[in-house]
Amino acid sequence: MSESLQVNTMADLMAQGKKPEVLFWVGCAGSFDDRAKKITRAFVKILNNVGVNFAILGTEESCTGDPAKRAGNEFLFQMQAMSNIQVLNGYEVKKIVTTCPHCFNTLKNEYPGLGGNYEVMHHSQFLQKLMEEGKLKIEGGEFKGKKISFHDPCYLGRANGEYEAPRNLLQELDAELVELKRCKTQGLCCGAGGAQMFKEAEPGKKEINIERMEDVEEAKPDIVAVGCPFCMTMMTDGVKTKEKEDSIKVYDLAELIAESNKL
Amino acid sequence: MGISNIFFIIALAAAGFWFAKNLNKIIRNINLGKDIDRGDSKAERWKKMFMVAIGQSKMVKKPISGALHIAVYVGFVIINIEMLEIVIDGIFGTHRVLAEPLGSFYNILIGSFEILAFLVLISCLIFLIRRNVLKVKRFGFREMLGWPKTDANIILIVEIMLMSAFLKMNAADYVLQQRGVEHYIQAGAFPISGSLIVPLYESFSTGFLIFVERVSWWFHIIGVLLFLNYLPYSKHFHIILAFPNVFFSKLDPKGKFTNMEAVTKEVKLMFDPEADPYAAPAEPEGPVERFGAKDVQDLTWKQLMDAYSCTECGRCTEQCPAAQTGKLLSPRKIMMDTRDRLEEVGKNIAKHGADHSDGKSLLGDYILEEELWACTTCNACTEACPVMIDPLSIIMDMRRSLIMEDSKAPAEITNMLNNIENNGAPWQFSQTDRANWVNEG
Repeated sequence: MSESLQVNTMADLMAQGKKPEVLFWVGCAGSFDDRAKKITRAFVKILNNVGVNFAILGTEESCTGDPAKRAGNEFLFQMQAMSNIQVLNGYEVKKIVTTCPHCFNTLKNEYPGLGGNYEVMHHSQFLQKLMEEGKLKIEGGEFKGKKISFHDPCYLGRANGEYEAPRNLLQELDAELVELKRCKTQGLCCGAGGAQMFKEAEPGKKEINIERMEDVEEAKPDIVAVGCPFCMTMMTDGVKTKEKEDSIKVYDLAELIAESNKL
Repeated sequence: MGISNIFFIIALAAAGFWFAKNLNKIIRNINLGKDIDRGDSKAERWKKMFMVAIGQSKMVKKPISGALHIAVYVGFVIINIEMLEIVIDGIFGTHRVLAEPLGSFYNILIGSFEILAFLVLISCLIFLIRRNVLKVKRFGFREMLGWPKTDANIILIVEIMLMSAFLKMNAADYVLQQRGVEHYIQAGAFPISGSLIVPLYESFSTGFLIFVERVSWWFHIIGVLLFLNYLPYSKHFHIILAFPNVFFSKLDPKGKFTNMEAVTKEVKLMFDPEADPYAAPAEPEGPVERFGAKDVQDLTWKQLMDAYSCTECGRCTEQCPAAQTGKLLSPRKIMMDTRDRLEEVGKNIAKHGADHSDGKSLLGDYILEEELWACTTCNACTEACPVMIDPLSIIMDMRRSLIMEDSKAPAEITNMLNNIENNGAPWQFSQTDRANWVNEG
């Protein structure tokens, strides 16, 4: 299989008496959602290509508890958090990277108060760092002449103030970066946050992802770049509902970079 | 001391007394909230207050209303320096008492007050037009019908009337100065009233002008005192609370929600291998706390201060993805409901004592479940608020109450929670399949 990935689990490495540089927290969507699994694989391809010494928890990973917390079930959230922290601290994890802004936010902001202190990075920040260190070279070329819009994930942008890392990566693709009307601090949610992903929207005039798609239609990009598996679902659905599958593609940042570098 | 000085002193004292009384009520109401520590990082808090409250950094995100608001705000603050002179004149029966000690600087002051007063007047006129003629969308949501709309118009009309009185007073004074009328000393510069009103007044008799000057003077000061006492009943109270509200606002990243300590204790106990499973539960210290917020007393004092700081501008609701797509949720309504309910609880306490219950609650009687479940926790509302109000934290505390106290949630949410509990993911996948993606290329 040409696409075989090099992925160790923390347990494997521990058995060999080794420790990785960084833990890749895959997240539930990245583990189970068919579309998001492609993002996970694309990110791992980049990590493999650069030669990052990483590991995953594999079957020892469990939901961070974010959707439980945002739904109001603090009890379930803290149960999840404490059992995850036991596992993470057991492996003496210091550094975590994740492709999900919800996991990122929860691990970074809400775990320290419960005894889980890690340096947590969103994959856009991690990739930007690899780029700055000269380890990751983004080829560009592939996307020359294409227009790309970045849809800010709420839990990366407003929630944690990171607007530039994803844009700095996109800049390297030699594409034309077209901002959506509502972006950065003003970015419009895709509609999935706060446990909305798992339920029908409340009655209203419109779905939120359709409202967001109208921003996209106005900016007329060839590609909508996302940095969150839930935004991916909502934006992909939006494109389908608007019947724009032929003209607008939705990709995660990791997929664009993997594609650009022909990984 | 003349009769008018005595009347002035009585009016001033009555206004001060009544305002202090109402201010106390509001402080008491805010203190009904639970404790939360917002006294840390003083330096950062001062900086934020200078930027956001004094510097209006968030207001100018909307350039037009931001600029108009700055005109009114600066005008209000600066023109109030004039109040010092008015109060001294009122008590001692003097006239423009500061003119002599300040010399030519006095002319600069009065001149700038006039320009600012004119800018305030024009801005308020434009605000009235925006609300009533252009019907800017964010002022038209359902929570703005009735009293909130009237409240907004009262504020703007009163401000226009006060500024007009100030300018008319100056114009009459100026003409009287020119005529060398006794008591009206040569003082001040009148760039606005001099060119706009004075030409009209020049034909009036001296007696009539003295009448106009006195009536305007009294109208202005009594108006100001009444307006001061209107504040506690109005959304306009934000001119006082905006500053402390920004100072005490959340400094953590917006995405960081509080971890409930009461829950942490219980969960830690469950994870403690030493814990005796048959031990009787420890006696709770003090009254048993409710999980989350059902009524205003379950919120923190900061969340209650937020409610009193809201001036119903609707920037939160305008940015809210749920409100924009026609859902029932409006973050502004969350704040308005919180204040209305808090006022009601405060009145009940004053009337029937602290333990009285009217059988009503914020959640259910004011805020509906449907509103709460429409929130995506995207933080657009908290980002938009010019005075750092946090409607999201109230929404979250009420969801906690729904889930942890009442076990009420949409069926899909219950399913999702069950999945996390049973298989560690919000969907029904087995935890043993978590790493299958590795070989699925």
